[in-house]
Amino acid sequence: MRRLIKQRDIVLDDWRYADEDPVGRDRALILPFARWKEERERWWLWDGRLGVRIGPTDPVAALEQDFLRIALVAIEFGGLAEGRGYSQAQLLRKRYRFTGELRAVGKIQRDQLYFMARCGFDAFELPATANLEEAIRSLDDFSVAYQGAVDLGVHPERRAV
Amino acid sequence: MYQYDQIDQRLVNERVAQFRDQTRRFLAGELSEDDFRSLRLRNGLYIQKYAPMLRISVPYGLLSSRQVRMFARIAREYDKGYGHFTTRQNLQYNWPKLELVPDILALLASVEMHAIQTSGNCIRNVTADHLAGIAPDEVEDPRPWCEYIRQWATLHPEFSYLPRKFKIAVTGSPQDRAASKVHDIGLHLKRNAQGEVGFEVLVGGGLGRTPMIGHVIREFLPKHELLGYLEAILRVYNLEGRRDNIHKARIKILVKAVGPEKFRDMVEAEWQASREFAPTHDAAGFARIQAFFTPPEYSKLEDEDVLSGRSTEFRNWYQRNTRRHKVAGYRAVFLSLKSPTRPPGDITEAEMDRVADLADQYSLGMIRSTHDQNLIFADVRQRDLFAVWQALKELDLATPNIGTLTDMICCPGLDFCSLANARSIPIARQINERFDSLDYLYDLGDIELKMSGCMNACGHHHVGHIGILGVDKGGKEWYQITLGGSASGADAALGEVIGPSVAFDDVAETIDRILNVYVAEREEGERFIDTFRRVGIKPFKARVYAPSHQAA
Repeated sequence: MRRLIKQRDIVLDDWRYADEDPVGRDRALILPFARWKEERERWWLWDGRLGVRIGPTDPVAALEQDFLRIALVAIEFGGLAEGRGYSQAQLLRKRYRFTGELRAVGKIQRDQLYFMARCGFDAFELPATANLEEAIRSLDDFSVAYQGAVDLGVHPERRAV
Repeated sequence: MYQYDQIDQRLVNERVAQFRDQTRRFLAGELSEDDFRSLRLRNGLYIQKYAPMLRISVPYGLLSSRQVRMFARIAREYDKGYGHFTTRQNLQYNWPKLELVPDILALLASVEMHAIQTSGNCIRNVTADHLAGIAPDEVEDPRPWCEYIRQWATLHPEFSYLPRKFKIAVTGSPQDRAASKVHDIGLHLKRNAQGEVGFEVLVGGGLGRTPMIGHVIREFLPKHELLGYLEAILRVYNLEGRRDNIHKARIKILVKAVGPEKFRDMVEAEWQASREFAPTHDAAGFARIQAFFTPPEYSKLEDEDVLSGRSTEFRNWYQRNTRRHKVAGYRAVFLSLKSPTRPPGDITEAEMDRVADLADQYSLGMIRSTHDQNLIFADVRQRDLFAVWQALKELDLATPNIGTLTDMICCPGLDFCSLANARSIPIARQINERFDSLDYLYDLGDIELKMSGCMNACGHHHVGHIGILGVDKGGKEWYQITLGGSASGADAALGEVIGPSVAFDDVAETIDRILNVYVAEREEGERFIDTFRRVGIKPFKARVYAPSHQAA
């Protein structure tokens, strides 16, 4: 079973992606954005927990009407060069006040986690080979910050300019 | 000058520790070359032709003598005894050892310095008018705003992985000495009709392969709205900027693709939509920063006649290398890093130590770096000018050429840089050898010569009155000349290519021909750039490519 970091703990993932569990047998299913848009009506009344996985070009505004139904948004990163997810996360948390799980997934590494946590991510699905204990420690790389932020899982002393 | 409090110091110390660990992981094989590259770049560390290059941040070009002494010490102990000032007012070392960079950063942290965001796809060092705070024509000192922006931008959680690098310049004078129109964002402190001071906001300027002049997207932004508005610009850019092609990833490409007006609408819409969670102005925090920039206690002095009875040599230096100060009895002094034998912008460790001493003795212990790669003592008493001149002369820092042809901006070029197509430093030397008569340079007056060794344009060639661009043709170095560029104020313009590029050996000869056209065509008292604008490129073209010349 997949391990991930959630709220600074290492936990077993109780969610399934659509390609792992096509019919949602485990009652906690993460759909790709395109499929969610297409099959929204059908899944709305389904009796399991729902999540949506979005890519860098998917507009989070399109989920505006869905936050009552969606318990998880997974944002995909394609490596250190991909930075749109940080803004997507900020918008989800701040503009749309999304309170469910916000998960970073894809090619992510521990050096990004501090920034991600400050943008509102509270779950990190690192590659299977990653050292998760070290990754959790990286959330404390900085004990101070200049910006106000969402600060889930990191608690820098802040002097917001 | 801004001084760190506990929070600033802790952040920089923690960044050193973080980078030390990243370096350790790389050396231990736990981090791939690619991943480490992206991490070291955002801390100013490049791998160049022969060695790593480390770029140190000099926020808005302001340095204390203590910091300059640390630069000297690092040059002595960790490099080959010198440093290089850049067009972002920063300092670069060309020969540090990768494994010792964390130690260098720890030394820098001990004098409130760092290399955070001096490269990489993030918000870079915020630059300012190098005469900020002392210029007679200033509306407001831009430096407190620079520091305010610096703090906001440092390790910004949302904007640390942008499509490409992002440069902001702030100026508080109508005469734009910060080249703000060729920045991703240019901020001009201006007074509106009601007499309030706010920002004119320009976006989408830049040099590089696709040079562009920035567009005004807001005529007047109230000061307290600054950070919210900057966040709106950065968010639009972060989400919409191209990431598929490094050469099309700067904000200027986005602004051009959608059009400046549409871009402005996008920013305004984002700004309005994010008002309730955008950072609010922290008036107390800003006041705390601003207090560090209160003008020093100047002595009550009168302006003096410092020239009578002095040599022509001193007079020349006074004319070219000093500038008016807003306080009577004071003058700003340029230290020319452009002597004929010096690679432009370079300074040795011994010189840095002496400069620090002189700053303590004559200029309130402060030194400034300029975007055209010189240094400034901003607050020299006029009565000390002669002594300062004598001391600087001994250091080879008094070449009286500021603003002239030989005060050229020049990148390190192929001698050091792995991106370059051609050498720049030997061309600088060639030009210096050819134009070694001060009388001729003075007769030519103000001319900005800017040279880059490749189209990344670190030497700002597009905005030189005369620009030189190194190109590679079949493994040989050639040089393309542009005329009519300008970085400053309402004048900002991009240069026009004069014609086919010229061979390495012919560059100085070509410049000479260009200058001859100017001398023949100019009207009484007319600057080179004004003559060019009046007569156009044609007469220059005709003379430069006259038959005797070997051009390709």
